[in-house]
Amino acid sequence: MADYIPHTPEEVAAMLEFLGLDSLDQLFAHIPASVRLSAGLDMAPGMSEPDVAAVFADLTKKNKGQLAQLTCFAGGGAYDHEIPPVVKALGSRSEFVTAYTPYQPEVAQGILQAVFEYQTMVSRLSGLPIANASIYDGATSLVEAVNMAGGATGRSTMYLSAGIHPHWRQVVQTMAFGTGHNIVIVPLRDGVTDWSSVDVRDAAAVVAAYPNYLGVLEDLSDAKALAVANDALFVVAGDPVAASVLKSAASWGADIYVGEGQPFGTALSFGGPFLGLFACTTEQIRRLPGRIVGETVDSNGRRAFVTTLRAREQDIRREKATSNICSNQTLMAVTAAIQLGYLGTQGLAEVATRCAQGAHALFDALVAIPGVTPVSSAPFFREFALRLPQSAASVLSALVGEGILGGLALRSLAGERDLSVEGDLDTIVLITVTERRTQADIDHFATSLRKVLA
Amino acid sequence: MTSYPGGRAASIPLMGHEVEPTIFELSVPGRHAFQLRTTNVAPVPLADLVPAAHLREAPVALAEVNERDLVGHFTRLTHRQFSVDLGAYPLGSCTMKYNPKFCDAVANDPGWNSVHPGVPAALCQGWLELMVMLEHQLCAITGMAAATLQPSAGAAGELTGLLLMRAYHQANGDVRKRILIPDSAHGTNPASVTLGGYEVTTIPSNDRGLVDFAAMKAALGPDVAGIMLTNPNTVGLFEEEIVEIAAAVHEVGGLLYYDGANLNAILGAVRPGDMGFDVVHMNLHKTFATPHGGGGPGAGPVAVSQRLVEFLPGPKATKLDDGSYDWRTPSQSIGRVHGWHGNALVLARALAYINVHGGDGLAKVAQHAVLNANWLRHRLRDTLPAAYDRPCMHEAVLTASALKSRYGVRGLDVAKALLEEGFHSPTVYFPLIVDEALMFEPTETESLQTLESLAVSIEKIAALAITDPKRLMHAPQTTPVSRVDEARAARQLVSTEDAANR
Repeated sequence: MADYIPHTPEEVAAMLEFLGLDSLDQLFAHIPASVRLSAGLDMAPGMSEPDVAAVFADLTKKNKGQLAQLTCFAGGGAYDHEIPPVVKALGSRSEFVTAYTPYQPEVAQGILQAVFEYQTMVSRLSGLPIANASIYDGATSLVEAVNMAGGATGRSTMYLSAGIHPHWRQVVQTMAFGTGHNIVIVPLRDGVTDWSSVDVRDAAAVVAAYPNYLGVLEDLSDAKALAVANDALFVVAGDPVAASVLKSAASWGADIYVGEGQPFGTALSFGGPFLGLFACTTEQIRRLPGRIVGETVDSNGRRAFVTTLRAREQDIRREKATSNICSNQTLMAVTAAIQLGYLGTQGLAEVATRCAQGAHALFDALVAIPGVTPVSSAPFFREFALRLPQSAASVLSALVGEGILGGLALRSLAGERDLSVEGDLDTIVLITVTERRTQADIDHFATSLRKVLA
Repeated sequence: MTSYPGGRAASIPLMGHEVEPTIFELSVPGRHAFQLRTTNVAPVPLADLVPAAHLREAPVALAEVNERDLVGHFTRLTHRQFSVDLGAYPLGSCTMKYNPKFCDAVANDPGWNSVHPGVPAALCQGWLELMVMLEHQLCAITGMAAATLQPSAGAAGELTGLLLMRAYHQANGDVRKRILIPDSAHGTNPASVTLGGYEVTTIPSNDRGLVDFAAMKAALGPDVAGIMLTNPNTVGLFEEEIVEIAAAVHEVGGLLYYDGANLNAILGAVRPGDMGFDVVHMNLHKTFATPHGGGGPGAGPVAVSQRLVEFLPGPKATKLDDGSYDWRTPSQSIGRVHGWHGNALVLARALAYINVHGGDGLAKVAQHAVLNANWLRHRLRDTLPAAYDRPCMHEAVLTASALKSRYGVRGLDVAKALLEEGFHSPTVYFPLIVDEALMFEPTETESLQTLESLAVSIEKIAALAITDPKRLMHAPQTTPVSRVDEARAARQLVSTEDAANR
């Protein structure tokens, strides 16, 4: 057994004596005997750190999909971007890592100011004036957006483009079981949302993706017009890296922007912890989910930061709160502020541009292979879907033999059938390119795919 | 001050007192830090790749600093931030114990953190096995049958649990409307109930700080879906009638939900499953010491009894008959509650912590957490009395109501003055049923020397309440900033640099 408890036996004895007790067990004497564990937990005894490290090292050997082993072309909401040592060093400072929620602002200015800077960056990327201090992940940000729209309109039908990431749509659907929201998925045609295919009425929210999860850049004017015609809120789920060079969510008319902030300094991490981005118009501020940091002054007139508009939150409004969120993803938000501080205006734009350049170079190389066809003819940004002449899963598996993680099988993301793609999903692969991929990586992918399909 | 061998280090930290400019104020156009890989990909202009209608005229403006500025800025911010690594953090209900560095090392291992969440099962067998192991350990600790690891935090776990209860009742063709919640409950409980599609019925506490059993029984009926309880409750007291409560709720067909915020108190002593609970969420960032990151990430796995297993969220890491691992979705699953598989690196840290301790070590954790809380409660009995005068579990809820009525010094003033002593404040004004509540949770990782020092600081503050109450009302002054004007922050919202009008 190992532990991190400082007490010596003599100190424990002295403390028990102070309490008039004979044993530690007596501290639990008021628990009904009928439910007490008499024989302790049915678990293996503890091990030293080096012994546990050895067990974990054996387990990691079974993770064959590590970046050190495979060149990553998989995206689908989780991207292999460069995380420089300086960002890792600052983001792992224990003052940030081992703090709790900033309930006492006098000793939490570090976290509070970093989150204020993060909010500013999210606000600028979305073009919307208000950003919160983070939500669990992109999927949960979308749930909160839909709930905000329900509250703002008093209606309960949500129209989601099938271009929203399938997992996000699934999470929204799960949560609708509790809220009673009616979720309508609007299909894609040739990779673009066909808003004319559904009769949008009594809408609380119209939700579009930019780019959508197949990588396609859609003109969002139609979606916005439907939202306006229905007096619904317009929600845009957007790639925050692409946002540095693309038209902002606000300029498309969004009332709410949501996104996945993992690309800003957080490792792939097998999917978590990630970072839910959330921004909205000033009109919606009273329904804002989660925490928000505001600037103020201290009693001596010096600049200070504090969590504010607290009266919205669950600990005060309880069953009348618009959201139940308490813990969020602050450390990832602070890391995002550091990463965006590192990249700066030109750096983020350069990353976005390189992603687009690499993706288009790879797209051109792959569609030149016989039998490989694009799923959509619409313009894309940094990600694209291809239909292969064989099962995508088996092709991807063969590419692993060439040292390539060649994307994601669409079926594994979206199931057998999905409104995002006409027909069978079995042969479709979703491919992305980040700024970390070289022309040699791209050439190797094309050569390998040609070989695998031959 | 009683002298114990070993003494104690000064806990008043070195903290930065100068206002730190924002990164935007430090920005100089044209300065930069970033360096990117040479890729040899042709630098085709973006306008040739993307239709002009989609492009903005200039990139989004961010701060422009060099690497040295960046390091200086964020390092100075860390000097304005209290943390567990710096000193005692007896913030009740939050279980701010020491976070072992070993667990961080696990999360920083590329063997775990460089795996893409969408890879096929064959490429992430280690991750799947880890998740199955953690599920087994959490079930052993709580006495439940199976668990989901997807929820990102305690509140997400609560909502997941409520949806599981809803799915269970619906599958039985049972329409139920209400969830019972004690008036001492965490605020997330009622908020989650509303999002789960239920109405809250609040149950009063009795004069012993426990659920008023008669009132609870009177509120029960066929429309009650269940009850949410924290045990020990938020007053730090064990609900001694839990067996009777469970029987009564089950009697009307309701389910029992266990809010695991206070699980640290009972590890190895008693299990929620044995008490009769059907659904349990755990806060891995509390009980299992994963760092809370200034507000998150957390992780809120939910464990359930046998009758709820098939409703759990999916896909779920599962061990197959051939010994390999894959994803499986339970037959009547409520669906996904996370974009991927949950806060995976938090899960890995928690398993490392659990494996180091083992069953015996976890029992020792609870014993020493309860010992520390009781010692502090008893040590302060003449200074800040307990709200309910009898043995507590892992946290001691004290009250400053006498200081307030006699000297005008509020619990908040005591909490703020403690910051000057080098301690983080306890939780203030919670639970709501205690007047001028100060909720101390020392956790098992603080030493007797630290507890004694904390007690001496509180005695000093109580003495000041008599001799110099104004000083307490203006505390803290030695912290990076003094008391913050919260009303102004809410009245004139400035939540971005662009709203600040500098």
